Amino acid sequence: MITVTSARKNYGSFAALDDVSLDIPSGSLTALLGPSGSGKSTLLRSIAGLESLDSGTVTIQGRDVTSEPPQRRGIGFVFQHYAAFKHMTVRDNVAFGLTIRKRPKAETARKVDELLEIVGLEGFQHRYPAQLSGGQRQRMALARALAVDPQVLLLDEPFGALDAKVRTDLRQWLRRLHDEVHVTTVLVTHDQEEALDVADRIAVLNKGRIEQVGDPVTLYERPANDFVMGFLGSVAQLGGQLVRPHDIVLERDRATALALDAKVADSPGVIDAVVERVVPLGFEVRVDLRADSGERFAAQITRRDAAELQLHEGETVHARAVARSSVVEHDPALAI
Amino acid sequence: MTAHTDEQRGGLRPGTDAAPLPPRPDPTPTDGTRPDADAPRPDGAGPPAAGRAGSAAGSGRPRGSGAGLGGLRRPLGVGVVTLWLSVIVLLPLAALTVAAFGDGLAGFWDAVTAPTALAALWVTVLVSAIVALVNAVLGTLVAWVLVRDEFRGKRLVNAVIDLPFALPTIVASIVLLALYGPNSPIGVELNATRWGLVVALLFVTLPFVVRSVQPVLIEADREVEEAAASLGASGWTTFRRIVLPTLGPAILSGTGLAFARAIGEYGSVVLIGGNIPRDTQVASQYIQQQIEIDRPQAAAAVSVALLAIAFLTLFVLRVVSSRTQRREERDA
Repeated sequence: MITVTSARKNYGSFAALDDVSLDIPSGSLTALLGPSGSGKSTLLRSIAGLESLDSGTVTIQGRDVTSEPPQRRGIGFVFQHYAAFKHMTVRDNVAFGLTIRKRPKAETARKVDELLEIVGLEGFQHRYPAQLSGGQRQRMALARALAVDPQVLLLDEPFGALDAKVRTDLRQWLRRLHDEVHVTTVLVTHDQEEALDVADRIAVLNKGRIEQVGDPVTLYERPANDFVMGFLGSVAQLGGQLVRPHDIVLERDRATALALDAKVADSPGVIDAVVERVVPLGFEVRVDLRADSGERFAAQITRRDAAELQLHEGETVHARAVARSSVVEHDPALAI
Repeated sequence: MTAHTDEQRGGLRPGTDAAPLPPRPDPTPTDGTRPDADAPRPDGAGPPAAGRAGSAAGSGRPRGSGAGLGGLRRPLGVGVVTLWLSVIVLLPLAALTVAAFGDGLAGFWDAVTAPTALAALWVTVLVSAIVALVNAVLGTLVAWVLVRDEFRGKRLVNAVIDLPFALPTIVASIVLLALYGPNSPIGVELNATRWGLVVALLFVTLPFVVRSVQPVLIEADREVEEAAASLGASGWTTFRRIVLPTLGPAILSGTGLAFARAIGEYGSVVLIGGNIPRDTQVASQYIQQQIEIDRPQAAAAVSVALLAIAFLTLFVLRVVSSRTQRREERDA
């Protein structure tokens, strides 16, 4: 369990953390999600002790570590750009934390072998970091951080420097690793897809404050405000309300649309719109629309629905929303 | 290849003469066409005269500006550089070597092994080695403080580092004599002692290690140190096991250049050293003395011995630097 209480951190007049309180349960994989400058990295670095708070406290497993240096916090930290020890082999990198603790050689060797196997770098142990790919370097960095048996594992945009394919593979690998090792893990990311993919809890940060904390489904379906709604997935503005594009249904017949819409509580109503463009996106089709009010929005419908509707550019359709993700507290100022 | 490895490589490619400037990434004249020859220097100073001459000769133009013109000019550039180097460096060295062996191998050997000559060479190497070692430690410390610590007057201190180069060395000698000479205001009289030599040489070689370590330290990845700290390493352990290995090549090159400079130094030791044969007389003073008593062959012979020591130093530096470079290239 990591507890951050009333954390504040200013850089000059810029408030990186503005009264942040957060509980991270033991054994969870929590993502700190937010745009750049939202304070997510500062929060992670404050937990690690790499950044000192102006006020507030950090406790790890019940121990107040607010004034402890990173060396004595029992953490493992993984950096976006690997922070590999370039003059050491992969093996020496992983062993570093144990070597400086002067653990018995045999114990160190056994532990390093075990970790190299977990991260799949057994064959690379005598290479130098420069001879590894980005993904391999990051796995080495993970093994290095895990070698000291940290109470918490902190990852700062760990996949940010990798290309898309490697990034997806590696985050699924991280998820499996977490299921095996069960160390409390905090991951910083600006990528909502990554957060939804790996984390079992997400804390959304914006402008140094926490907007909402919860599991991925809750955050996606019951976002606390427009910011969270907009940050966790694409949104369309329909009759002054934010809805997910895949919650928009298009009807040819206005009467049908009105009848079905009447059954939905709190609905934005039926909006007449002109089809501007039909874009096939693999198994779904995105329809770009322009409402009578001039407002533009996009609906995402299945291929089959699109085929049935036989949409053509310039035609008028009737849009309504179903079973939508609804914002708990609507505040247009927060919308992005 | 990152900027800092360029700096390192540059720093480890010293000019063959006692460089008139600190070990910044000096393009050696023959390397005038290297794209990194104009790499930015933290202290904003230009390359040494020889390097600039090579560039001015036309071969040092940046790449990619008119391939046709470059192709036409290259043979001309190489020719001019070769001629220039021959006139300035190679021919005089050859002439010196010829003079040194004017009385045959035996004459050379006798001149170099004469007790006073041998003593002068020994003092020179001993004092220079001490100076180089002190520089390696304190130069690194100065560079560290200048890069990592914030304090008032930092820019001034940074500028002062180069002062020993801006000053004529004879002025350095007088300055030191004023403080450490007879009637020393602080009661430390070092004139005519070997410690006087050490202090004088420390004064003139101060910038070498500082200026070669500084850029590497500026470029160093701070996250690597944070990673070590998160793994439990103390500040000292991090420095010793993580930072020092990265600085190693730069420290070594700075130390080597300081040593090479120290063995050839004349001006700064001429007043404070006292020129006592077999005690504080350094090789350069011995050479001067031999010229004065009209023994040019002995002077040339000891000069060649000095030359050999300088070459050996530079050779060792090159071997070590190419070894590190190989490792650095794996980093690319």
